[in-house]
Amino acid sequence: MDIKVNVRESEGDAYVVDLTGEIDVYTSPKVKDAISELIDQEHYNLVINLEKVRYIDSTGLGVLIGGLKRVREHGGSVNLVCTNPQIKKIFDITGLVKIFGIFDDEQGAMKALV
Amino acid sequence: MNPAIAPVSSYGTVELKIPAKAEWVAVARLAVAAVASRLHFSVDEIEDIKLAIAEACTNCIQHGSENDRIEITSEVLSDEVRVSVRDRSVGHKLESVEKGAGFADGKRTEELGVFLIRALMDEVTYRVDAREGTELVMTKRVTA
Repeated sequence: MDIKVNVRESEGDAYVVDLTGEIDVYTSPKVKDAISELIDQEHYNLVINLEKVRYIDSTGLGVLIGGLKRVREHGGSVNLVCTNPQIKKIFDITGLVKIFGIFDDEQGAMKALV
Repeated sequence: MNPAIAPVSSYGTVELKIPAKAEWVAVARLAVAAVASRLHFSVDEIEDIKLAIAEACTNCIQHGSENDRIEITSEVLSDEVRVSVRDRSVGHKLESVEKGAGFADGKRTEELGVFLIRALMDEVTYRVDAREGTELVMTKRVTA
């Protein structure tokens, strides 16, 4: 079980974090490190692509919430790309759909940042 | 015999002990998913069970020591799976939590796990004993 993290620059000052695999108590520190590094470098507009994420638990949600909280302090935003119905369901039942912008594709998530 | 108090047939029990370390949680959730797949759960229901078991194990890791073990017992009944997650630690926060804006402030991640367990499983009970530790029992029933 592992998570692959790929960070790339996109339009404007926005960055995309592509995640592949499973985000749980073991792998979430790796995701947290990648997001924290971007924020430390003063990149506050992020798209986190969960299209290839098969599983996420509360520790993964906590990492995303923590990232969102930090970028908002600087007027930034975190939008998510998510097409997996099971993962969408987790955001839905926890009410986190209300705080994250969740999009079916990267283009939509990117457009909503600006 | 009153069917309401008839004993429930058990089709088998599987016991698993894992070290209370993050890298072992995936083993627990996959093992329990394999046990649950003996019943006619949907794919979504199996995913619910996997997440609930992982959250329970994560809770044990967050409250226990690295040298502890987590004991997971999965019992397959006629139309439900009952999973017990036990460890030696105490102090888990397992009572019901309300869904709310508090999840968004990043300070309630632990409560988020308990919230998910209770939202995804049909029945959740727990027992805390100062000497024995904590046992969380979760039941998921086949809906189809």
